[in-house]
Amino acid sequence: MSKSENKPRREVIIGPRRDVRRRPPRPVTDEIDDQTRVGKVYLRSLIRTQLLLGLATVALVVVPLIAMPLIFGWWPAARSLQVGPLPLWWLILGILVYPAILGVGWWYVRQADRNEAQFTDLVEGR
Amino acid sequence: MNAPAALGMVLTVIVTIGLAAYSSRLARTTGDFYVASRSVPSWWNASAIAGEYLSAASFLGVAGLIMVGGADAVWFPVGYAVGYVLLLALVAAPLRRSGAYTLPDFCEARLRSRHVRLIASALVVLIGWLYVLPQLQGAGLALQILLDTPVWVGGMLVSLTVLVVIVGGGMRSVTLVQGFQYWLKVVAIMVPVLFLLAAWRADSGPSTLTETPPTFHGTTTVKVESDIEVTVTDPVRVLADGSVDGNVIDGPVLWGEGNHRVGSRTTLTFPDGAAVPHLSSTPAQTGRDWGQTLQGGQEHALYRTFALMFALFLGTMGLPHVLVRFYTNPDGRAARRTALVVIGLVGLFYLAPSVYGMLGRLYTPELLMTGRTDAVVLLLPQALVGGWSGEWLTALVAAGAAAAFLATATGLTVTVAGVLSQDVVGRWISNPIVSFRVAAAAAVLVPLLLGLTAESLPLARAVSLAFAVAAATFSPLLLLGIWWRRLTDVGAAAGLIVGGVTASAAIVISTLVPSLTGWPSALLAQPAAWAMPAAFATMVVVSRRSSHRLRPGVDRIMIRLHTPESVGVQRTWIARGQR
Repeated sequence: MSKSENKPRREVIIGPRRDVRRRPPRPVTDEIDDQTRVGKVYLRSLIRTQLLLGLATVALVVVPLIAMPLIFGWWPAARSLQVGPLPLWWLILGILVYPAILGVGWWYVRQADRNEAQFTDLVEGR
Repeated sequence: MNAPAALGMVLTVIVTIGLAAYSSRLARTTGDFYVASRSVPSWWNASAIAGEYLSAASFLGVAGLIMVGGADAVWFPVGYAVGYVLLLALVAAPLRRSGAYTLPDFCEARLRSRHVRLIASALVVLIGWLYVLPQLQGAGLALQILLDTPVWVGGMLVSLTVLVVIVGGGMRSVTLVQGFQYWLKVVAIMVPVLFLLAAWRADSGPSTLTETPPTFHGTTTVKVESDIEVTVTDPVRVLADGSVDGNVIDGPVLWGEGNHRVGSRTTLTFPDGAAVPHLSSTPAQTGRDWGQTLQGGQEHALYRTFALMFALFLGTMGLPHVLVRFYTNPDGRAARRTALVVIGLVGLFYLAPSVYGMLGRLYTPELLMTGRTDAVVLLLPQALVGGWSGEWLTALVAAGAAAAFLATATGLTVTVAGVLSQDVVGRWISNPIVSFRVAAAAAVLVPLLLGLTAESLPLARAVSLAFAVAAATFSPLLLLGIWWRRLTDVGAAAGLIVGGVTASAAIVISTLVPSLTGWPSALLAQPAAWAMPAAFATMVVVSRRSSHRLRPGVDRIMIRLHTPESVGVQRTWIARGQR
């Protein structure tokens, strides 16, 4: 056994920093209520997410519909396409368009709910 | 006189009044009504919205337009349904969270301005009347065709029924009535489709996409109700009773190629297989061209197609009677679910009109000659199925048509009356119930009188004008009001005025000057495609220039519109210093 082993080891003890006040984290809902910069960032990011989702949903439905008269107007071969007795135009715009928009709408509702749930978890700190 | 049809219509009216009276006993005050309706499940609330939405234009007009316009007319039902996708994705939940009951309420809540509120109220009344007018004309047409009454009787009866329901049945025609009327309409249009398709197959399923224009199916007697001019392509021997080419005739006439005038109250009998003379204003089309897009020979057909899509896609969110119903959802999430179910319900309904339009060209082609294609849904069951089952199917479609006039006319009248009583009549009459009744009478009378004088347009086209005004005014207001915090009261007012004035002026000019051709005709007939962007741009530019008018509470309103109700944040604006 050497002497050095008997000596208590030097230990560094760090006390709490005095220059920062310890307090429970502020709920984000308060930040939003007080319209602090943090609160505004949270709110704007929610609005932006929901707006982008909404615009994507609209594009998903409207872009193919706008393409229909262009395709059928400029590409005559499309006009003679038939599925059974029904011309393609009528099959798409008379029947298929309705289940399709219902499907897109269902997808939108799921995504919008998910965005809101994420926002709720975030601001309520769960 | 068609007894089953009369029975169908009378039953619909009785059940409507009965349900309204029953539900008004359940909810004695408006407060009761709101509370009660908030416990209504999404799908029933959605039925009510769809019930109010599917008007005479949908029930009768869409099939009629498809019968004439073919591939290009499918945009009407598609547009009426797709409008709800935009409503769902961009408006439904925030609008519900705004707590606004009507569009003027939304303006006041979002912009805190009485002036914008008044402009919005004026627009609600304008759009409401534009939309009620074709309902009354449709009722007149339906009763004239089925019961042989003068054309004003139908509109008068619908107006009276609406007044009885509103005044007797309480402040609002209730969710129960409107929901019931949706299901009645779906059954009334779908069940005959099954019979029609079966009868068509039994007739060896002839194709609509023929190489020739439509021909008469069997010896056909046509009753001409108003003066018309028709174009004959193949010489035909007609048995006439009435006035033809200015001569009073009772017996056979040989019609050569060219135009012929037929006076009102004339009966013409055509032989089986003869080519159908077309109204001179709408050229005859082969079945093949009818089934193809952009073959109608209209000038700037592509612009008209896109402008129509624009009006219908964006107009739906601006229809005042539709938006009112979103308030009855418990929260924003439920509002989205309701809008989604509406897409399903409305889509289910719109599967049917194309079938009527296609089969109408084969079995009731005389409507192409008289121009009364709006009647195809009412006449096709008798023409194709025939016999007693044809009569009962006619009763069913008559009941559905009655439900269509009543549901939409009631919903619109209530909305218009609410606005009139709050912002106009209420200034002179302080008793809210009396003022609402006076307003309801005014809301019914004006379109009724207009309907007696105005030229009758095809139903679905007349309704698309209301959509165009809604698209040019409320749609930019809602889109910017919900998603752009910097919209100011001045910007909103300027945009509403620009959109409202340009769209209505275009409609008035194109109705009064039908002789326009080329681009002016196309642009004025379908104004939404330019009036909506103009209103949108006006709102943005004027708001940017008046940003000093932004209220300090605007962020609080954005919080309210966009945060889910479950998050515990302050949703009402409290002025600084009060906290």
